[in-house]
Amino acid sequence: MEQVPILKIGQTLFVSIQIDLQDDSVVRLQEDLAEELAATSASGVIIDITAVEIVDSFIGRMLSTIASISRLFDAETVIVGMRPAVAITLTELGLSLSGVRTALNAEKGLAILNGKT
Amino acid sequence: MDVGVTGGRMADYLREHHDKVLDRWTELVVAGIRGRTSAQEVKGELGDLYSLIVRVLAEADDHAVGELRASLYELSRTRARGGYTPSETALSVFTLKDAVYELVADTADLVPEYLTFSRMIDDLGLRTFEAYSEAREQIIADQATAMMELSTPVVRLWDGIIAVPLVGTLDSARTQLVMEKLLDTLVTTGADHAVIDITGVPTVDTEVAQHLLKTVSAARLLGADCIISGIRPQVAQTIVSLGIEFGDIATKASLADALGLALRQAGLKVVPVVTGPVVTGPVVMGGA
Repeated sequence: MEQVPILKIGQTLFVSIQIDLQDDSVVRLQEDLAEELAATSASGVIIDITAVEIVDSFIGRMLSTIASISRLFDAETVIVGMRPAVAITLTELGLSLSGVRTALNAEKGLAILNGKT
Repeated sequence: MDVGVTGGRMADYLREHHDKVLDRWTELVVAGIRGRTSAQEVKGELGDLYSLIVRVLAEADDHAVGELRASLYELSRTRARGGYTPSETALSVFTLKDAVYELVADTADLVPEYLTFSRMIDDLGLRTFEAYSEAREQIIADQATAMMELSTPVVRLWDGIIAVPLVGTLDSARTQLVMEKLLDTLVTTGADHAVIDITGVPTVDTEVAQHLLKTVSAARLLGADCIISGIRPQVAQTIVSLGIEFGDIATKASLADALGLALRQAGLKVVPVVTGPVVTGPVVMGGA
């Protein structure tokens, strides 16, 4: 099982997914992120999915779940760098990721988080 | 094409009366198409067909049948593109029967030959019809592709603001194309505001609305805000009476209003130039 690294930059946790997401690695990421949020009390999470080419309904739902978990720690989640094909797939699956902020790239995602505080 | 043993005599007969039959045939065809093609041109086309028909009748070689079909196909295609009706095209072939009949009417011993010949011409006539409709189908398919390509431009209105002026009826295939193009442009230009202008969409029903909502939510997943503009009064009434909910998607009456909103969201505003008494100068943008 591959592990997704979580980097802390200032008050933000930065997660860049560079692997083909498997169900178990997403669950692992969810657990790791919860631990990290509890330990660092970060105020924002950026999930970069530029390298993700394939998503299914499970992964789509997991992204929403991660956002909900982060909100419990008072951290806002921004998903950045979604590919058009992935966006179309999620829409066709009926997953609009409500409650999750999105941005075109990591820079804009950071701007959203900084604007908030 | 099976022309049997009677073909040979007919071929000799046609070869013998080549000029007479061809002239009469050309005359009949030219009368049928009412001067849209010159007699000389028609004679050239028919001359080729004529010699191929003679070759097929004489069973001189195996290639003749294929060549005849190919040149008939070509003739029908040109006619289809030239705007001739299918009956006019088929008549070009059928009139050969009249031309020959006028000659053989007095010659009683050629009757079985003529009947075989007649069947063959009928078959050829049907083929022109088939080729004609094939060519028409092709034209329609080409036009549909051309329309699809023409109808989905994505334009840049400002730094970070793009617009998609939609023209024509939206169906699933077009929405898919529009969605892909819009999302690709959002990614490549880094724009975070998109205006979907539906001034050119004649009707909005539940299906079209569904397509629009899908496009907007896909754009949102990329992190871009969408504004729908150009809703005409009748369209607004239809939308309300159908009970379509656009939810929290911003809608504006005109593209100008939508651009204004997008500029505000991007933290920009348009101000008149204040230097000097002239007020008709260009308008500049200032950051907020």
